[in-house]
Amino acid sequence: MDTIQKRILAEVADLHAVPEGAYNIRANGVSAGRRSTASIEITSKPGGNGIDIRIAPGTKKQSVHIPVVLSESGLKETVYNDFYIGADSDVVIVAGCGIHNCGTQDSEHDGIHRFYVGENAKVKYVEKHYGEGDGAGKRILNPGTEVTMAKNSSMEMEMVQIRGVDSTDRVTTAVLDAGARLIVKERLMTHGSQSAVSVYKVELNGAGSSADVVSRSVARDDSYQKFDACVVGNAPCHGHTECDSIIMDRGRILAVPSLEANDVDAELIHEAAIGKIAGEQLIKLMTLGLTEAEAEEQIINGFLK
Amino acid sequence: MLELRNVRFDVDDDAGHVDILKDVSFSVPENKFVVITGPNGGGKSTIAKLIAGVRMPTGGQILFDGKDITALNITERARLGISYALQQPVRFKGIQVVDLLRIAAGRELSMAESCEYLSRVGLCARDYISREVNASLSGGELKRIEIATILARGTRLSVFDEPEAGIDLWSFQSLIRVFEEMRKSIEHSSILVISHQERILNIADEIIVVADGRISQQGPRDAVLPSLIGTASALSSCDRLQERG
Repeated sequence: MDTIQKRILAEVADLHAVPEGAYNIRANGVSAGRRSTASIEITSKPGGNGIDIRIAPGTKKQSVHIPVVLSESGLKETVYNDFYIGADSDVVIVAGCGIHNCGTQDSEHDGIHRFYVGENAKVKYVEKHYGEGDGAGKRILNPGTEVTMAKNSSMEMEMVQIRGVDSTDRVTTAVLDAGARLIVKERLMTHGSQSAVSVYKVELNGAGSSADVVSRSVARDDSYQKFDACVVGNAPCHGHTECDSIIMDRGRILAVPSLEANDVDAELIHEAAIGKIAGEQLIKLMTLGLTEAEAEEQIINGFLK
Repeated sequence: MLELRNVRFDVDDDAGHVDILKDVSFSVPENKFVVITGPNGGGKSTIAKLIAGVRMPTGGQILFDGKDITALNITERARLGISYALQQPVRFKGIQVVDLLRIAAGRELSMAESCEYLSRVGLCARDYISREVNASLSGGELKRIEIATILARGTRLSVFDEPEAGIDLWSFQSLIRVFEEMRKSIEHSSILVISHQERILNIADEIIVVADGRISQQGPRDAVLPSLIGTASALSSCDRLQERG
Protein backbone atom coordinates (compact mmCIF):
# COMPACT_ATOMS: atom_id res chain seq x y z
CA MET A 1 0.00 0.00 0.00
CA ASP A 2 1.16 3.54 -0.65
CA THR A 3 1.46 6.34 1.90
CA ILE A 4 -1.96 7.84 1.07
CA GLN A 5 -3.63 4.49 1.63
CA LYS A 6 -1.74 3.97 4.86
CA ARG A 7 -2.79 7.36 6.16
CA ILE A 8 -6.45 6.72 5.35
CA LEU A 9 -6.18 3.36 7.07
CA ALA A 10 -4.98 5.14 10.21
CA GLU A 11 -7.96 7.53 9.99
CA VAL A 12 -10.67 4.90 9.61
CA ALA A 13 -9.36 2.02 11.68
CA ASP A 14 -6.66 3.56 13.91
CA LEU A 15 -4.32 1.12 12.23
CA HIS A 16 -0.68 2.08 11.98
CA ALA A 17 0.65 -1.42 11.44
CA VAL A 18 -0.70 -4.86 10.70
CA PRO A 19 -3.49 -5.40 13.26
CA GLU A 20 -3.58 -8.08 15.90
CA GLY A 21 -6.00 -10.91 15.25
CA ALA A 22 -7.96 -11.53 12.07
CA TYR A 23 -8.11 -8.90 9.35
CA ASN A 24 -8.94 -8.22 5.73
CA ILE A 25 -7.78 -5.02 4.10
CA ARG A 26 -9.38 -4.03 0.82
CA ALA A 27 -7.61 -1.34 -1.23
CA ASN A 28 -8.93 -0.04 -4.56
CA GLY A 29 -11.19 -3.05 -5.07
CA VAL A 30 -8.70 -5.80 -4.33
CA SER A 31 -7.49 -7.54 -1.20
CA ALA A 32 -4.33 -5.98 0.20
CA GLY A 33 -3.92 -8.43 3.04
CA ARG A 34 -5.83 -11.03 4.99
CA ARG A 35 -5.34 -13.23 8.00
CA SER A 36 -7.67 -15.80 9.54
CA THR A 37 -7.09 -17.16 13.02
CA ALA A 38 -7.93 -20.48 14.62
CA SER A 39 -11.37 -19.23 15.60
CA ILE A 40 -12.07 -16.54 13.00
CA GLU A 41 -12.16 -17.58 9.39
CA ILE A 42 -12.30 -15.05 6.53
CA THR A 43 -13.09 -16.34 3.05
CA SER A 44 -13.85 -14.61 -0.26
CA LYS A 45 -17.31 -14.90 -1.71
CA PRO A 46 -17.48 -16.56 -5.11
CA GLY A 47 -17.19 -13.74 -7.64
CA GLY A 48 -14.95 -11.66 -5.38
CA ASN A 49 -17.55 -9.09 -4.38
CA GLY A 50 -17.19 -9.57 -0.64
CA ILE A 51 -16.15 -11.79 2.20
CA ASP A 52 -17.64 -14.13 4.76
CA ILE A 53 -16.40 -13.85 8.31
CA ARG A 54 -17.13 -16.84 10.49
CA ILE A 55 -16.47 -16.56 14.19
CA ALA A 56 -16.50 -19.88 16.01
CA PRO A 57 -18.83 -20.30 19.02
CA GLY A 58 -17.20 -19.36 22.29
CA THR A 59 -14.51 -17.10 20.75
CA LYS A 60 -13.60 -14.59 23.44
CA LYS A 61 -11.67 -11.30 23.49
CA GLN A 62 -10.71 -11.39 19.81
CA SER A 63 -10.93 -8.73 17.14
CA VAL A 64 -11.54 -8.54 13.39
CA HIS A 65 -10.47 -5.55 11.30
CA ILE A 66 -11.95 -5.15 7.82
CA PRO A 67 -11.06 -1.63 6.61
CA VAL A 68 -11.54 -0.45 3.04
CA VAL A 69 -9.53 2.28 1.33
CA LEU A 70 -10.19 3.89 -2.04
CA SER A 71 -7.58 6.20 -3.51
CA GLU A 72 -8.37 5.79 -7.21
CA SER A 73 -10.74 8.39 -8.67
CA GLY A 74 -13.80 6.98 -10.42
CA LEU A 75 -13.85 3.65 -8.64
CA LYS A 76 -17.34 2.40 -7.78
CA GLU A 77 -17.93 -0.80 -5.91
CA THR A 78 -20.58 -2.67 -4.00
CA VAL A 79 -19.28 -5.15 -1.47
CA TYR A 80 -21.21 -7.74 0.52
CA ASN A 81 -19.70 -8.84 3.81
CA ASP A 82 -21.46 -11.41 5.96
CA PHE A 83 -20.60 -11.99 9.59
CA TYR A 84 -21.58 -15.22 11.31
CA ILE A 85 -20.94 -14.71 14.99
CA GLY A 86 -21.03 -17.94 16.95
CA ALA A 87 -22.95 -18.42 20.18
CA ASP A 88 -21.34 -17.27 23.44
CA SER A 89 -18.56 -15.35 21.68
CA ASP A 90 -17.31 -11.91 22.68
CA VAL A 91 -15.61 -10.00 19.85
CA VAL A 92 -14.76 -6.56 18.51
CA ILE A 93 -15.28 -5.85 14.81
CA VAL A 94 -13.68 -2.75 13.31
CA ALA A 95 -14.85 -1.76 9.85
CA GLY A 96 -14.58 1.61 8.18
CA CYS A 97 -14.01 3.14 4.81
CA GLY A 98 -11.85 6.00 3.70
CA ILE A 99 -11.84 7.62 0.27
CA HIS A 100 -9.10 9.82 -1.11
CA ASN A 101 -10.34 11.40 -4.33
CA CYS A 102 -8.16 13.92 -6.12
CA GLY A 103 -9.69 13.27 -9.51
CA THR A 104 -12.75 14.55 -11.31
CA GLN A 105 -14.78 11.34 -11.26
CA ASP A 106 -16.93 10.22 -8.35
CA SER A 107 -15.62 7.47 -6.10
CA GLU A 108 -18.19 5.30 -4.40
CA HIS A 109 -18.14 2.43 -1.94
CA ASP A 110 -21.38 0.74 -1.01
CA GLY A 111 -20.72 -1.76 1.77
CA ILE A 112 -23.51 -4.11 2.68
CA HIS A 113 -22.86 -5.78 6.03
CA ARG A 114 -25.03 -8.59 7.35
CA PHE A 115 -24.60 -9.76 10.91
CA TYR A 116 -25.97 -13.00 12.29
CA VAL A 117 -25.35 -12.76 16.01
CA GLY A 118 -25.62 -16.11 17.81
CA GLU A 119 -27.23 -16.78 21.17
CA ASN A 120 -25.56 -15.04 24.12
CA ALA A 121 -22.91 -13.58 21.82
CA LYS A 122 -21.56 -10.12 22.49
CA VAL A 123 -20.33 -7.87 19.68
CA LYS A 124 -18.84 -4.42 19.58
CA TYR A 125 -18.86 -2.99 16.06
CA VAL A 126 -17.01 0.20 15.15
CA GLU A 127 -17.43 1.82 11.75
CA LYS A 128 -15.70 5.03 10.77
CA HIS A 129 -16.10 6.88 7.49
CA TYR A 130 -13.67 9.44 6.19
CA GLY A 131 -13.09 11.32 2.97
CA GLU A 132 -10.34 13.58 1.68
CA GLY A 133 -8.82 14.91 -1.52
CA ASP A 134 -9.56 18.15 -3.33
CA GLY A 135 -10.72 16.82 -6.70
CA ALA A 136 -14.11 17.71 -8.14
CA GLY A 137 -15.14 14.04 -7.99
CA LYS A 138 -17.47 13.24 -5.13
CA ARG A 139 -16.71 10.83 -2.30
CA ILE A 140 -19.78 8.68 -1.80
CA LEU A 141 -20.45 6.03 0.85
CA ASN A 142 -23.74 4.17 1.05
CA PRO A 143 -23.56 1.62 3.84
CA GLY A 144 -26.28 -0.94 4.39
CA THR A 145 -26.29 -2.87 7.64
CA GLU A 146 -28.60 -5.75 8.49
CA VAL A 147 -28.47 -7.24 11.95
CA THR A 148 -30.20 -10.43 13.07
CA MET A 149 -29.84 -11.04 16.77
CA ALA A 150 -30.54 -14.39 18.44
CA LYS A 151 -31.73 -14.82 22.04
CA ASN A 152 -29.86 -12.89 24.72
CA SER A 153 -27.21 -11.61 22.33
CA SER A 154 -25.95 -8.06 22.53
CA MET A 155 -24.46 -5.67 20.03
CA GLU A 156 -23.06 -2.19 20.39
CA MET A 157 -22.58 -0.26 17.15
CA GLU A 158 -20.54 2.90 16.92
CA MET A 159 -20.85 4.71 13.58
CA VAL A 160 -18.74 7.78 13.03
CA GLN A 161 -18.55 10.07 10.02
CA ILE A 162 -16.87 13.35 10.80
CA ARG A 163 -15.20 14.66 7.65
CA GLY A 164 -14.99 14.67 3.94
CA VAL A 165 -17.78 12.35 2.74
CA ASP A 166 -19.91 14.17 0.17
CA SER A 167 -22.91 11.92 0.12
CA THR A 168 -24.12 9.16 2.40
CA ASP A 169 -27.27 7.13 2.32
CA ARG A 170 -27.20 4.80 5.29
CA VAL A 171 -29.78 2.13 5.97
CA THR A 172 -29.57 0.03 9.11
CA THR A 173 -32.11 -2.64 10.00
CA ALA A 174 -32.15 -4.91 13.01
CA VAL A 175 -34.37 -7.76 14.19
CA LEU A 176 -34.08 -8.82 17.80
CA ASP A 177 -35.12 -12.08 19.46
CA ALA A 178 -35.97 -12.49 23.16
CA GLY A 179 -33.57 -10.83 25.60
CA ALA A 180 -31.38 -9.37 22.83
CA ARG A 181 -29.95 -5.90 23.33
CA LEU A 182 -28.87 -3.41 20.67
CA ILE A 183 -27.11 -0.10 21.29
CA VAL A 184 -26.39 2.26 18.38
CA LYS A 185 -24.30 5.40 18.78
CA GLU A 186 -24.08 7.50 15.66
CA ARG A 187 -21.80 10.56 15.39
CA LEU A 188 -22.11 12.65 12.29
CA MET A 189 -20.79 15.97 11.07
CA THR A 190 -21.51 17.33 7.62
CA HIS A 191 -19.98 20.41 6.04
CA GLY A 192 -19.76 22.13 2.65
CA SER A 193 -22.66 20.98 0.50
CA GLN A 194 -22.67 17.43 1.86
CA SER A 195 -25.75 15.33 2.31
CA ALA A 196 -26.21 12.52 4.82
CA VAL A 197 -29.30 10.39 5.21
CA SER A 198 -29.49 7.83 7.97
CA VAL A 199 -32.43 5.46 8.25
CA TYR A 200 -32.87 2.93 11.05
CA LYS A 201 -35.53 0.32 11.47
CA VAL A 202 -35.29 -1.80 14.59
CA GLU A 203 -37.82 -4.55 15.25
CA LEU A 204 -38.06 -5.81 18.80
CA ASN A 205 -39.66 -9.19 18.25
CA GLY A 206 -38.75 -11.12 21.38
CA ALA A 207 -39.85 -10.61 24.99
CA GLY A 208 -37.33 -8.61 27.01
CA SER A 209 -35.45 -7.31 23.98
CA SER A 210 -34.23 -3.72 24.01
CA ALA A 211 -32.79 -1.12 21.67
CA ASP A 212 -31.20 2.28 22.22
CA VAL A 213 -30.51 4.24 19.04
CA VAL A 214 -28.78 7.57 19.69
CA SER A 215 -27.54 10.00 17.08
CA ARG A 216 -25.58 13.17 17.70
CA SER A 217 -24.89 15.33 14.71
CA VAL A 218 -23.64 18.71 13.57
CA ALA A 219 -24.69 20.26 10.23
CA ARG A 220 -22.43 23.13 9.09
CA ASP A 221 -22.20 25.32 6.00
CA ASP A 222 -24.85 24.33 3.41
CA SER A 223 -25.06 20.66 4.37
CA TYR A 224 -28.18 18.55 4.78
CA GLN A 225 -28.98 15.72 7.16
CA LYS A 226 -31.91 13.42 7.57
CA PHE A 227 -32.26 11.11 10.54
CA ASP A 228 -35.13 8.66 10.31
CA ALA A 229 -35.29 6.13 13.12
CA CYS A 230 -38.18 3.79 13.69
CA VAL A 231 -38.38 1.38 16.60
CA VAL A 232 -41.07 -1.27 16.40
CA GLY A 233 -42.14 -3.15 19.51
CA ASN A 234 -43.78 -6.47 18.70
CA ALA A 235 -43.37 -7.96 22.19
CA PRO A 236 -42.85 -6.79 25.79
CA CYS A 237 -39.70 -4.74 25.20
CA HIS A 238 -37.90 -1.43 25.73
CA GLY A 239 -37.02 0.88 22.85
CA HIS A 240 -35.44 4.33 22.89
CA THR A 241 -34.35 6.54 20.03
CA GLU A 242 -32.77 9.95 20.33
CA CYS A 243 -31.56 12.50 17.84
CA ASP A 244 -29.66 15.51 19.15
CA SER A 245 -28.36 17.96 16.56
CA ILE A 246 -26.47 21.22 16.40
CA ILE A 247 -27.35 23.33 13.39
CA MET A 248 -24.94 25.99 12.09
CA ASP A 249 -24.59 28.40 9.19
CA ARG A 250 -27.14 27.47 6.50
CA GLY A 251 -27.35 23.79 7.45
CA ARG A 252 -30.63 21.88 7.24
CA ILE A 253 -31.72 18.95 9.39
CA LEU A 254 -34.76 16.75 9.19
CA ALA A 255 -35.35 14.49 12.19
CA VAL A 256 -38.04 11.85 11.86
CA PRO A 257 -38.08 9.69 14.97
CA SER A 258 -40.95 7.25 15.01
CA LEU A 259 -42.30 4.47 17.18
CA GLU A 260 -44.63 1.59 16.48
CA ALA A 261 -46.07 -0.54 19.27
CA ASN A 262 -47.84 -3.79 18.47
CA ASP A 263 -47.82 -5.16 22.01
CA VAL A 264 -49.42 -3.66 25.11
CA ASP A 265 -46.18 -4.16 27.04
CA ALA A 266 -43.92 -2.47 24.49
CA GLU A 267 -42.35 0.59 26.16
CA LEU A 268 -41.04 2.96 23.53
CA ILE A 269 -39.62 6.47 23.83
CA HIS A 270 -38.28 8.92 21.31
CA GLU A 271 -36.54 12.26 21.72
CA ALA A 272 -35.36 14.73 19.14
CA ALA A 273 -33.76 18.14 19.55
CA ILE A 274 -32.25 20.53 17.02
CA GLY A 275 -30.71 23.85 17.96
CA LYS A 276 -27.79 26.15 17.43
CA ILE A 277 -24.90 26.45 19.89
CA ALA A 278 -26.14 28.35 22.96
CA GLY A 279 -24.75 31.87 23.24
CA GLU A 280 -23.91 31.38 26.90
CA GLN A 281 -21.78 28.32 26.07
CA LEU A 282 -19.69 30.49 23.74
CA ILE A 283 -19.50 33.25 26.37
CA LYS A 284 -18.32 30.86 29.07
CA LEU A 285 -15.49 29.47 26.94
CA MET A 286 -14.52 32.95 25.75
CA THR A 287 -14.20 34.09 29.38
CA LEU A 288 -11.68 31.26 29.69
CA GLY A 289 -9.61 32.87 26.92
CA LEU A 290 -10.82 31.12 23.75
CA THR A 291 -11.82 33.05 20.64
CA GLU A 292 -15.37 32.55 19.39
CA ALA A 293 -14.17 30.15 16.66
CA GLU A 294 -12.08 28.15 19.15
CA ALA A 295 -15.02 27.99 21.56
CA GLU A 296 -17.24 26.67 18.75
CA GLU A 297 -14.72 23.92 17.93
CA GLN A 298 -14.48 22.85 21.58
CA ILE A 299 -18.27 22.67 21.89
CA ILE A 300 -18.60 20.60 18.70
CA ASN A 301 -15.70 18.29 19.60
CA GLY A 302 -17.24 17.63 23.00
CA PHE A 303 -20.70 17.11 21.55
CA LEU A 304 -19.41 14.56 19.02
CA LYS A 305 -16.99 12.81 21.38
CA MET B 1 -5.90 47.21 39.26
CA LEU B 2 -9.46 47.68 37.98
CA GLU B 3 -11.19 50.99 37.63
CA LEU B 4 -14.67 51.93 36.40
CA ARG B 5 -15.08 55.60 35.51
CA ASN B 6 -18.59 57.07 35.11
CA VAL B 7 -19.90 53.84 33.64
CA ARG B 8 -23.43 53.92 32.26
CA PHE B 9 -25.57 51.16 30.83
CA ASP B 10 -29.02 51.58 29.42
CA VAL B 11 -31.24 49.53 27.18
CA ASP B 12 -34.28 50.05 25.03
CA ASP B 13 -36.78 47.26 25.37
CA ASP B 14 -40.55 46.75 25.24
CA ALA B 15 -40.91 48.76 28.44
CA GLY B 16 -39.15 51.71 26.81
CA HIS B 17 -35.83 53.23 27.81
CA VAL B 18 -34.32 51.78 31.00
CA ASP B 19 -31.23 53.15 32.79
CA ILE B 20 -29.71 50.09 34.43
CA LEU B 21 -26.48 51.78 35.56
CA LYS B 22 -26.60 55.57 35.80
CA ASP B 23 -23.10 56.69 36.78
CA VAL B 24 -20.88 54.11 38.43
CA SER B 25 -17.28 54.77 39.44
CA PHE B 26 -15.12 52.64 41.73
CA SER B 27 -11.81 50.86 41.78
CA VAL B 28 -10.58 47.47 42.96
CA PRO B 29 -7.05 47.83 44.34
CA GLU B 30 -4.42 45.09 44.18
CA ASN B 31 -4.49 42.41 46.90
CA LYS B 32 -8.03 43.35 47.90
CA PHE B 33 -11.21 41.32 48.30
CA VAL B 34 -14.05 43.62 47.31
CA VAL B 35 -17.75 42.75 47.59
CA ILE B 36 -20.53 44.52 45.70
CA THR B 37 -23.87 44.22 47.47
CA GLY B 38 -27.28 45.86 47.27
CA PRO B 39 -30.91 44.98 46.64
CA ASN B 40 -31.97 42.74 43.75
CA GLY B 41 -32.45 44.54 40.46
CA GLY B 42 -30.02 47.29 41.44
CA GLY B 43 -27.57 46.56 38.62
CA LYS B 44 -24.95 44.41 40.40
CA SER B 45 -24.80 41.60 37.85
CA THR B 46 -24.63 44.11 35.03
CA ILE B 47 -21.41 45.50 36.54
CA ALA B 48 -19.86 41.99 36.47
CA LYS B 49 -20.92 41.53 32.83
CA LEU B 50 -19.47 44.90 31.85
CA ILE B 51 -16.12 44.04 33.46
CA ALA B 52 -15.97 40.68 31.66
CA GLY B 53 -16.99 42.22 28.33
CA VAL B 54 -20.24 40.23 28.05
CA ARG B 55 -22.04 43.59 27.83
CA MET B 56 -20.61 46.86 26.51
CA PRO B 57 -21.22 50.07 28.49
CA THR B 58 -23.20 52.84 26.82
CA GLY B 59 -20.95 55.41 28.50
CA GLY B 60 -17.81 55.71 30.62
CA GLN B 61 -14.54 53.83 30.74
CA ILE B 62 -13.18 50.60 32.17
CA LEU B 63 -9.45 50.43 32.95
CA PHE B 64 -7.39 47.38 33.86
CA ASP B 65 -3.86 47.92 35.13
CA GLY B 66 -4.08 51.45 33.76
CA LYS B 67 -5.04 50.29 30.26
CA ASP B 68 -8.39 51.30 28.74
CA ILE B 69 -10.17 48.01 28.01
CA THR B 70 -13.62 49.50 27.32
CA ALA B 71 -13.60 48.42 23.65
CA LEU B 72 -12.00 44.99 24.15
CA ASN B 73 -14.05 41.83 23.68
CA ILE B 74 -14.51 38.95 26.14
CA THR B 75 -11.54 36.94 24.84
CA GLU B 76 -9.16 39.88 24.88
CA ARG B 77 -10.07 40.77 28.46
CA ALA B 78 -9.77 37.12 29.52
CA ARG B 79 -6.29 36.98 28.03
CA LEU B 80 -5.27 40.19 29.81
CA GLY B 81 -6.07 38.52 33.11
CA ILE B 82 -9.75 38.90 33.96
CA SER B 83 -11.75 35.85 35.04
CA TYR B 84 -15.51 35.80 35.37
CA ALA B 85 -17.63 33.18 37.11
CA LEU B 86 -21.19 33.25 35.81
CA GLN B 87 -24.18 33.40 38.13
CA GLN B 88 -25.79 30.55 36.20
CA PRO B 89 -23.02 28.11 35.21
CA VAL B 90 -23.35 26.73 31.71
CA ARG B 91 -23.83 23.06 30.87
CA PHE B 92 -22.10 21.36 27.95
CA LYS B 93 -22.97 17.99 26.46
CA GLY B 94 -19.85 15.89 26.04
CA ILE B 95 -17.34 18.29 27.59
CA GLN B 96 -15.81 16.74 30.69
CA VAL B 97 -14.75 18.54 33.87
CA VAL B 98 -11.12 17.84 33.03
CA ASP B 99 -11.57 19.40 29.55
CA LEU B 100 -12.97 22.59 31.08
CA LEU B 101 -10.09 22.82 33.57
CA ARG B 102 -7.59 22.30 30.74
CA ILE B 103 -9.21 25.06 28.63
CA ALA B 104 -9.20 27.34 31.69
CA ALA B 105 -5.54 26.71 32.43
CA GLY B 106 -4.68 27.20 28.74
CA ARG B 107 -2.36 24.20 28.80
CA GLU B 108 -2.30 20.46 29.37
CA LEU B 109 -2.86 19.62 33.02
CA SER B 110 -1.58 16.57 34.81
CA MET B 111 -4.17 14.50 36.66
CA ALA B 112 -2.61 15.65 39.93
CA GLU B 113 -3.01 19.34 39.00
CA SER B 114 -6.65 18.90 37.90
CA CYS B 115 -7.41 17.01 41.09
CA GLU B 116 -5.81 19.78 43.17
CA TYR B 117 -8.21 22.40 41.71
CA LEU B 118 -11.23 20.19 42.38
CA SER B 119 -10.13 19.39 45.93
CA ARG B 120 -9.83 23.09 46.65
CA VAL B 121 -13.54 23.56 45.88
CA GLY B 122 -14.48 20.55 47.97
CA LEU B 123 -15.11 18.03 45.20
CA CYS B 124 -13.62 14.57 45.27
CA ALA B 125 -11.57 14.58 42.11
CA ARG B 126 -11.93 10.86 41.48
CA ASP B 127 -15.71 11.19 41.24
CA TYR B 128 -15.78 14.30 39.08
CA ILE B 129 -12.76 14.55 36.81
CA SER B 130 -14.29 12.62 33.91
CA ARG B 131 -17.90 13.63 34.50
CA GLU B 132 -19.58 15.55 31.70
CA VAL B 133 -20.50 19.14 32.55
CA ASN B 134 -24.11 18.36 31.65
CA ALA B 135 -27.55 18.21 33.24
CA SER B 136 -26.51 15.30 35.47
CA LEU B 137 -24.65 17.74 37.76
CA SER B 138 -26.52 19.63 40.48
CA GLY B 139 -26.51 23.42 40.77
CA GLY B 140 -24.06 23.24 43.69
CA GLU B 141 -21.68 20.92 41.82
CA LEU B 142 -21.72 23.20 38.78
CA LYS B 143 -20.95 26.23 40.94
CA ARG B 144 -17.93 24.51 42.44
CA ILE B 145 -16.68 23.44 39.02
CA GLU B 146 -17.16 27.02 37.84
CA ILE B 147 -14.99 28.22 40.72
CA ALA B 148 -12.40 25.51 40.00
CA THR B 149 -12.06 26.86 36.44
CA ILE B 150 -11.33 30.30 37.90
CA LEU B 151 -8.67 28.79 40.18
CA ALA B 152 -7.17 26.96 37.18
CA ARG B 153 -6.92 30.25 35.30
CA GLY B 154 -5.10 31.93 38.18
CA THR B 155 -5.55 35.42 36.72
CA ARG B 156 -4.90 38.79 38.34
CA LEU B 157 -8.59 39.62 38.73
CA SER B 158 -11.42 37.19 39.45
CA VAL B 159 -15.03 38.33 39.33
CA PHE B 160 -17.74 36.13 40.87
CA ASP B 161 -21.38 36.88 40.21
CA GLU B 162 -23.46 35.63 43.15
CA PRO B 163 -21.48 32.46 43.81
CA GLU B 164 -24.10 31.38 46.35
CA ALA B 165 -27.09 31.64 43.97
CA GLY B 166 -29.00 28.41 43.43
CA ILE B 167 -27.16 26.24 45.94
CA ASP B 168 -28.30 24.64 49.17
CA LEU B 169 -27.29 25.87 52.60
CA TRP B 170 -24.85 23.00 53.22
CA SER B 171 -23.01 23.74 49.97
CA PHE B 172 -23.06 27.43 50.83
CA GLN B 173 -21.24 26.81 54.13
CA SER B 174 -18.40 24.97 52.40
CA LEU B 175 -18.35 27.55 49.60
CA ILE B 176 -17.62 30.23 52.19
CA ARG B 177 -14.56 28.21 53.24
CA VAL B 178 -13.38 28.17 49.61
CA PHE B 179 -13.57 31.98 49.50
CA GLU B 180 -11.84 32.26 52.88
CA GLU B 181 -8.99 30.16 51.46
CA MET B 182 -8.85 32.32 48.33
CA ARG B 183 -8.80 35.39 50.52
CA LYS B 184 -5.66 34.09 52.27
CA SER B 185 -3.72 33.49 49.05
CA ILE B 186 -4.74 36.69 47.30
CA GLU B 187 -1.22 38.05 46.79
CA HIS B 188 -0.67 39.89 43.47
CA SER B 189 -4.32 39.46 42.56
CA SER B 190 -7.75 40.79 43.45
CA ILE B 191 -11.19 39.29 43.93
CA LEU B 192 -14.48 41.01 43.22
CA VAL B 193 -17.60 39.20 44.42
CA ILE B 194 -21.20 40.16 43.80
CA SER B 195 -23.11 38.92 46.83
CA HIS B 196 -25.52 39.97 49.52
CA GLN B 197 -24.56 37.27 51.97
CA GLU B 198 -23.36 38.48 55.34
CA ARG B 199 -20.71 35.76 55.56
CA ILE B 200 -19.13 36.87 52.31
CA LEU B 201 -19.33 40.54 53.33
CA ASN B 202 -17.55 39.53 56.55
CA ILE B 203 -14.37 38.59 54.69
CA ALA B 204 -14.38 41.67 52.43
CA ASP B 205 -11.71 44.37 52.61
CA GLU B 206 -14.02 46.83 50.96
CA ILE B 207 -17.76 46.91 50.34
CA ILE B 208 -19.61 48.73 47.57
CA VAL B 209 -23.40 49.11 47.81
CA VAL B 210 -25.25 49.46 44.51
CA ALA B 211 -28.91 50.44 44.47
CA ASP B 212 -31.08 51.76 41.69
CA GLY B 213 -28.18 51.91 39.23
CA ARG B 214 -25.91 53.99 41.45
CA ILE B 215 -23.34 53.48 44.19
CA SER B 216 -25.00 54.45 47.45
CA GLN B 217 -22.09 53.61 49.76
CA GLN B 218 -18.50 52.43 49.48
CA GLY B 219 -15.59 52.02 51.84
CA PRO B 220 -13.77 49.64 54.18
CA ARG B 221 -15.85 46.79 55.56
CA ASP B 222 -15.93 48.09 59.12
CA ALA B 223 -17.29 51.44 57.95
CA VAL B 224 -19.98 50.06 55.65
CA LEU B 225 -21.11 46.69 57.03
CA PRO B 226 -22.74 47.83 60.32
CA SER B 227 -25.33 49.88 58.46
CA LEU B 228 -26.20 46.92 56.21
CA ILE B 229 -26.84 44.26 58.86
CA GLY B 230 -30.47 43.24 58.88
CA THR B 231 -31.16 44.68 55.42
CA ALA B 232 -31.50 42.93 52.08
CA SER B 233 -27.88 43.87 51.36
CA ALA B 234 -26.50 41.56 54.06
CA LEU B 235 -28.53 38.39 54.45
CA SER B 236 -27.68 35.96 57.24
CA SER B 237 -27.88 32.21 56.69
CA CYS B 238 -31.31 32.16 58.36
CA ASP B 239 -32.59 34.96 56.13
CA ARG B 240 -31.32 32.92 53.28
CA LEU B 241 -33.37 29.90 54.31
CA GLN B 242 -36.48 32.05 54.66
CA GLU B 243 -35.82 33.74 51.35
CA ARG B 244 -35.84 30.35 49.66
CA GLY B 245 -38.83 29.48 51.80
